[in-house]
Amino acid sequence: MHAFDYQAPTTVAEAIQLLAKHNGTARPLAGGTDLIDQMRVGRFAPEVVIDVKKLKELNVLSVDADGLHVGAAVPCYRIYSDETVNSQYTALADSCHIIGGIQIQSRASIGGNLCNSGPAADSTPSMIALGGVCVITGPDGTREVPVESFCTGPGKNVLKPGELLVEVRFPTRPANSGSHYRRMIPRNEMDIAVVGVGASVVLDASGQKFASARIALGAVAPTPLFAQAASALLAGQPVNDETLDKAATAAREIASPITDMRGTREYRIHVTGVLVKRVLQAAVARARGEDIGYCRGH
Amino acid sequence: MATADKPKYKVIGTRPVRHDGADKVTGRAKYGADIKLTGMLYGATLRSPHAHAKIKSIDTSKAEALAGVRAVVTSADLPEQGDRIVELGEGAANMRHLTANVLARGKVLYKGHAIAAVAADNIHIAEEAIKLIKVEYELLPPVLDVRKAMSAESPVLNDDIRTESVGSAPASKDSKPTNIAKHFLFEKGDIAAGFAKADVIVEREFDTSMVHQGYIEPHNATVFWNTDGKITVWLSTQGSFSVRQQTAELLKVAISNVKVVPTEIGGGFGGKISVYLPPVAAMLSKKSGRPVKLVMSRTSVFEATGPTPGSHMKVKLGATKDGKLVAGEAWIAFEAGAYTGSPIGPACMCVFACYDLPNGRVEGFDVCVNKPRTNAYRAPGSTHVAFATETLINEICEKIDIDPADFRIKNAAKEGVRRVDGPVYARVGMVETVEAIKNSEHYKAPLEGKHRGRGIASGFWFNCGLKSAASATVNPDGTVSLLEGSTDIGGSRTGIAMQLAEALGITAEEVTPTVGDTDSVGYCDVTGGSRVTFATGIAAIEAAKDIQRQLIARAAMIWDVDASKVSYSDGGLHGPAGKHLSFKEIAAKLHGTGGAVIGRGTSSEATQGGAFGTHCVDVEVDVDLGKVQILRYTAAQDCGTAIHPSYVEGQIQGGAVQGIGWALNEEYWYDEKGEMRNATYLDYRIPTCYDVPMIDTIIVEVPDPQHPYGVRGVGEVPICPPPAAIANAIYDAVGVRMHDLPMSPPKLLAEILKKES
Ligand SMILES: Cc1cc2nc3c(=O)[nH]c(=O)nc-3n(C[C@H](O)[C@H](O)[C@H](O)COP(=O)(O)OP(=O)(O)OC[C@H]3O[C@@H](n4cnc5c(N)ncnc54)[C@H](O)[C@@H]3O)c2cc1C
Repeated sequence: MHAFDYQAPTTVAEAIQLLAKHNGTARPLAGGTDLIDQMRVGRFAPEVVIDVKKLKELNVLSVDADGLHVGAAVPCYRIYSDETVNSQYTALADSCHIIGGIQIQSRASIGGNLCNSGPAADSTPSMIALGGVCVITGPDGTREVPVESFCTGPGKNVLKPGELLVEVRFPTRPANSGSHYRRMIPRNEMDIAVVGVGASVVLDASGQKFASARIALGAVAPTPLFAQAASALLAGQPVNDETLDKAATAAREIASPITDMRGTREYRIHVTGVLVKRVLQAAVARARGEDIGYCRGH
Repeated sequence: MATADKPKYKVIGTRPVRHDGADKVTGRAKYGADIKLTGMLYGATLRSPHAHAKIKSIDTSKAEALAGVRAVVTSADLPEQGDRIVELGEGAANMRHLTANVLARGKVLYKGHAIAAVAADNIHIAEEAIKLIKVEYELLPPVLDVRKAMSAESPVLNDDIRTESVGSAPASKDSKPTNIAKHFLFEKGDIAAGFAKADVIVEREFDTSMVHQGYIEPHNATVFWNTDGKITVWLSTQGSFSVRQQTAELLKVAISNVKVVPTEIGGGFGGKISVYLPPVAAMLSKKSGRPVKLVMSRTSVFEATGPTPGSHMKVKLGATKDGKLVAGEAWIAFEAGAYTGSPIGPACMCVFACYDLPNGRVEGFDVCVNKPRTNAYRAPGSTHVAFATETLINEICEKIDIDPADFRIKNAAKEGVRRVDGPVYARVGMVETVEAIKNSEHYKAPLEGKHRGRGIASGFWFNCGLKSAASATVNPDGTVSLLEGSTDIGGSRTGIAMQLAEALGITAEEVTPTVGDTDSVGYCDVTGGSRVTFATGIAAIEAAKDIQRQLIARAAMIWDVDASKVSYSDGGLHGPAGKHLSFKEIAAKLHGTGGAVIGRGTSSEATQGGAFGTHCVDVEVDVDLGKVQILRYTAAQDCGTAIHPSYVEGQIQGGAVQGIGWALNEEYWYDEKGEMRNATYLDYRIPTCYDVPMIDTIIVEVPDPQHPYGVRGVGEVPICPPPAAIANAIYDAVGVRMHDLPMSPPKLLAEILKKES
């Protein structure tokens, strides 16, 4: 590994100043579970590594009138241990349980997962499904970007030099809502999503019809995708196989996966539909307060 | 389960704590990469980014000029080998190929092929220096498919390879170079007449992908070339004497100038026999005058060590409607990788080895392709062919409506049966392993639930004898220090110590086994071929007998009687008129009666009878995802005599799990340029503990008459049945027959969808 400097600022302003000063040759370090390995294998060679774990704003995990605030450096274990996340933003808890094992979850953040911008990142579809908004601060101030617009390609995102992801904010959950994330992996652990699907649904008061839904797909395109058409067509529809199949078909239509060592294009497209259906079923069950019998973490 | 009346043993069959246990569980055991020497340099290796190319030039000047760099080597620093074949214990090696595999000569034949190496003050400088070496390549088209490589139009990898024939006419000397390095042909009976008698014939083609042994510890070597010309090599290996010989031959120095000190080893499975790093580290040490350590990255382990070949096979079997096999034919092509040497020979011998086949024909090809040079992997070649034969057997059973266990029992190989390749079996336990499965609670239990299925399959491995040596010194406190040369991959030092203890009538704890270096113990062939507990065990038993003889002489002296009046039994000496000295008592008297008693023993003549296993597996298939979950797994195996049953069970479980990985997800995934795209444990998917249930084992004991205690090697057979057993279970679950390994979700789903439409 090359030699590099390490800085641990304690205010966001200081962090941004450092990032801006090094103009592209510095990289933020949250849990380091992506970054350190990438530096070790020579994929990135930043001159300065800026530890963002000491920034107060990036360690926030709280609920207020705006909804849920998850600081960009909050590690997975804190997220899935949080009562509100577990009961209301359940897909996010599912994702955080899936990412790595206990050691990784103790360090890895969803900010890192998102900023690493991998197409198969396990928390991004959940964040899209839950309507997450990225709060970004840079030399020119603060701006907000919906999670589905954050990634621009494999390993690429909207962050400009000097900008830092501060938190992801999720809107307050309506009544009769439920969410879920799951992925297809050939093994049962220690793997990367061949397809990942996150969904959030809101049912009407009877629990028999969709009021609205948000479906997001991972690993089937250069970036995680918001399946807009598949989500929109659910509104007002009864919860039944036919409706779910329609959503599955619509989701398959926007998948543009590649064939690689993790799966063929045809396989990924097929599995997209299968998982959309399964994930919607689970989200519906959760919205109805039912137990979905899902074993977390795999 | 004992199938024969077993003699009453005191130590054999018990489960003492392993002698290396404390070091291993506390993390103190020293593995190859733990070696640290004063003044040691760290090395890095430049590897080819291309699968097939000519090397036009190598310029190392910039690397040499970098501060902190102490030495740079290329193949120009290694002596020319010419066309030499050297016998290396378990197989021979063409030295010209071996040296070119260690550091490429003129051509790179696979991505990851080592080209040059650097030694520097630390690993970071070494890695930096590697990037400064300039290599000019002339790209050649990569040859990646075994059948295409065999065609006359294919680019040829090696200009010195002509087809060597075994069992058929040799190729003429002036024939053209080819990728087909070897051609095997074995015949028995009359296959045309055999198939004519068949009521049912099935013939299928099978493909399997290249797979790696997947040991956790990467290859390593630390070498010091002293000013007196003595070279010391510290490394983890399956054969210190083999490393000594390979290193000496590659460097063209006397073997007595090379000392190999084996460390603990984090897995080998056949892959840690061939040398990659020692000659390179040796040259770096010679040039720098300092000890040099080289450790491979995981990616290099995948790309540049010795996986087991991918294969293409066509197998045909015929049987009568009352369930008797009458004929079999097999055509098998193995990817040798860059140079000749795939286990095609054993594959040809194993393909029908489980059965009493009256008429057979087996043809095999060893074919060079632009992938790493393949090497042994647990029962090399046998798993591939078991996948083919054992799925065909089940297909026949379905066609003639006979229970697959009954069919196997009816046709099982037994004492006196001749294999297609010639040898006749001694007493073996194939029938007993199938019966063990048939009578198991697992096989009898009903399997309920949607998309669930059960499959069985059998497997065979020869097991070999080869050469071993051991010596043992009696300590004054009545314990014994045992020195043996078989590097211990699976608990063998305890298994060997237990045999010595049994022979002397002392406890396993009273023996302290040590795996010695090549200057301190007698020659031992590699830890491979499931031979160590068998052959090094015999050497230890011989050492015990030697100790007994010497102790008898001492007792005779003490008692002043003729030695013929003294005997050794039950852990002590017995003389006339009830005279008795326990082992402990005589041990205390050695200093006063002539000094040390050192027993020595060797084994070189003994051969093994071969071992069989039969496995039963239940699976559940997610038909929408093509994903297979193993629900239950039972493996029965003939172990002759289980010396330490826990290790026998561990070997069976480990082999079964590797077979499960091979069956379901493991594969070298190549792009069209010949780059392995999944050279990490993230994407090369060996099973995790969430992917396999507890593997239940049934130890069948049909003692091998060729070992004093009836030992049969256990390490290799258990990898053979799993792919076929799982394929058979998948068929039972969802009605599709898989002929392509791995049976990964995309492939299985495609078959399921094909069947549905
Ligand atoms: C063994 C193992 C298993 C894993 N399993 C999974 C898995 O199952 N699923 C999965 O999706 N991932 C997995 N990962 C990948 C990784 O753990 C996750 O992507 C994790 O969420 C990254 O978070 P981090 O805090 O460690 O990020 P870091 O490594 O610290 O950072 C990742 C990237 O984001 C940038 N960055 C970090 N924080 C900020 C910020 N606030 N603003 C701007 N840029 C920032 C960094 O510069 C870097 O480029 C695994 C990794 C390992 C080592």
